Amino acid sequence: MTTLADRPQLDPQNAALPAAPAAAESLDIAAIRAEFPILSRQVNGRKLVYLDNAATSQKPRAVIRALTHYYEHDNANIHRGVHWLSVQATDAHDAARRTVRRFLNAAHDNEIVFVRGATEAINLVAQTYGRTHVAAGDEVLITAMEHHSNIVPWQILCEEKGAHLKVAPIDDRGELLLDEFQKLIGPRTRIVAVTHVSNALGTVNPVREMIAMAHSRGVPVLVDGAQSAPHMRTDVQDLDCDFYVFSGHKVYGPTGIGVLYGKAALLDAMPPYQGGGDMITSVTFEKTTYRKPPARFEAGTPDIGGAIALGVALDYIMDLGMDRIAAHEDDLLAYATESVAAIPGVRLIGTASRRAGVLSFLLDDVHPHDLGTILDDEGVAIRAGHHCAQPVMQRFCIPATARASFAVYNTREEIDVLAAGIQKAREVFGR
Amino acid sequence: MSELNELYQEVILEHSKAPRNYRRPAEANRTAEGYNPLCGDHFTVYLNMDGDSIRDIGFQGSGCAISKASASMMTQTLKGKTRAEAERLFEQFHRLVTGEQGVSGNGSELGKLAVFSGVSRFPARVKCATLAWHTLQSALAGNQQPVVSTEDE
Repeated sequence: MTTLADRPQLDPQNAALPAAPAAAESLDIAAIRAEFPILSRQVNGRKLVYLDNAATSQKPRAVIRALTHYYEHDNANIHRGVHWLSVQATDAHDAARRTVRRFLNAAHDNEIVFVRGATEAINLVAQTYGRTHVAAGDEVLITAMEHHSNIVPWQILCEEKGAHLKVAPIDDRGELLLDEFQKLIGPRTRIVAVTHVSNALGTVNPVREMIAMAHSRGVPVLVDGAQSAPHMRTDVQDLDCDFYVFSGHKVYGPTGIGVLYGKAALLDAMPPYQGGGDMITSVTFEKTTYRKPPARFEAGTPDIGGAIALGVALDYIMDLGMDRIAAHEDDLLAYATESVAAIPGVRLIGTASRRAGVLSFLLDDVHPHDLGTILDDEGVAIRAGHHCAQPVMQRFCIPATARASFAVYNTREEIDVLAAGIQKAREVFGR
Repeated sequence: MSELNELYQEVILEHSKAPRNYRRPAEANRTAEGYNPLCGDHFTVYLNMDGDSIRDIGFQGSGCAISKASASMMTQTLKGKTRAEAERLFEQFHRLVTGEQGVSGNGSELGKLAVFSGVSRFPARVKCATLAWHTLQSALAGNQQPVVSTEDE
């Protein structure tokens, strides 16, 4: 097994460097799998084949240990105690924020706000930036491939303000129609919110180009990175996005912790999200003044252990190398696409030229739930349903899809088990 | 028989491929829509009630094999039954698919519906098997709610 010291250290500060040297050295997947205790368990008497990573990833031992270590050794509330433990906990929490900054290549630590997850991050932006910048008759622009979490917060905002939600269309392959997107950025557009990678289709959007288009009209952009952060190197300065959100539990961290990145100038000008302790400089019954970001947006005792464990998860994948992870997962996706598409009766949903991590498909008229149950019987965990992206299902005139989604610990052998399971479903349904 | 084969019995597969009473009866006088928001299964149940008894019943919509077969066999079973009989059957059916009645369904009035006993081993699929029944209940109650949802139980 390779150790930390064996591997060339990537410099996340300098993402512009060519990725090739790091990517060329492939990962030791068997060693990686050994770090994830859950992967050795059995399901329905079979070896677990976990292919539901777009819903949540499994956790390496280091992350699980970080949680228990925190509660066994360092637990105290942060930012308030003069006592030793509180200082320890505060330091560890601050260190986690620095790790997130490195992971995203953000310019400053104070651009990193800890939240519960991508959903809360988007709601935060809609309720603070959105409420102060969107007025009656204004527009919010999203795309037709958004997760519900990047639709509903904007709908709530638009309804409250009398603003309009505009939706950039996608084509039959699940690719954004970039020309249409550009045309929809108009004089009343106040913010663009777009997913980097579609959770239902796997489409990778050309967000860098989209951000440049929006900026040329003076419109800020929020990027939903929930499905991209685990699969590719993220550089918010290179993207030049104004906001970027992701969930910890999809990047091998615990549930209940996530991140909002916002450019310092934008965060500085935003009103608070929730009120409470830790986000104030002074409180009287007449007037309360608020702290600077990120504290302004982190009311109450945060998920301290979760943030620390998220930092450990990000260190873990940065150490593996995001480019090597991406190369491995691209190989898996290509292999899975080929194997699954070759099965008679399979129809792929989402065939964009650039995809990441996700294979969505249908088998004849076998309903995805039935397929999911039959695969589960083989130990294969996939997602069957609308993937919290009902408008995507409506676009393709289907109620649901089966979705296999990949992580760094998956193997080609597991995809063979998936393919065999789909064949079995064909037999059960008499094809 | 494996648990999977117990779930996907031949009768169930056959009904899912060729559902019975998959239509809107011409003289339907009660209708309800049922929806499982988590998975997207969506059915409409139509009743032609003659006083308290079900003269005709049909359904339309989309869903998995379990939900469709359940709807199909429910319509077969209920034609000619009274409202009280239908509700008693649903009670027994619910106990069957949740495993509260033993896995066989023996000793009940369920008859052919006993093939759904295998569902009890698959808790995630109970909602599939009961969607049509919940929708029926709403239709019998006289359309109080526009859409009955399995998530509001």
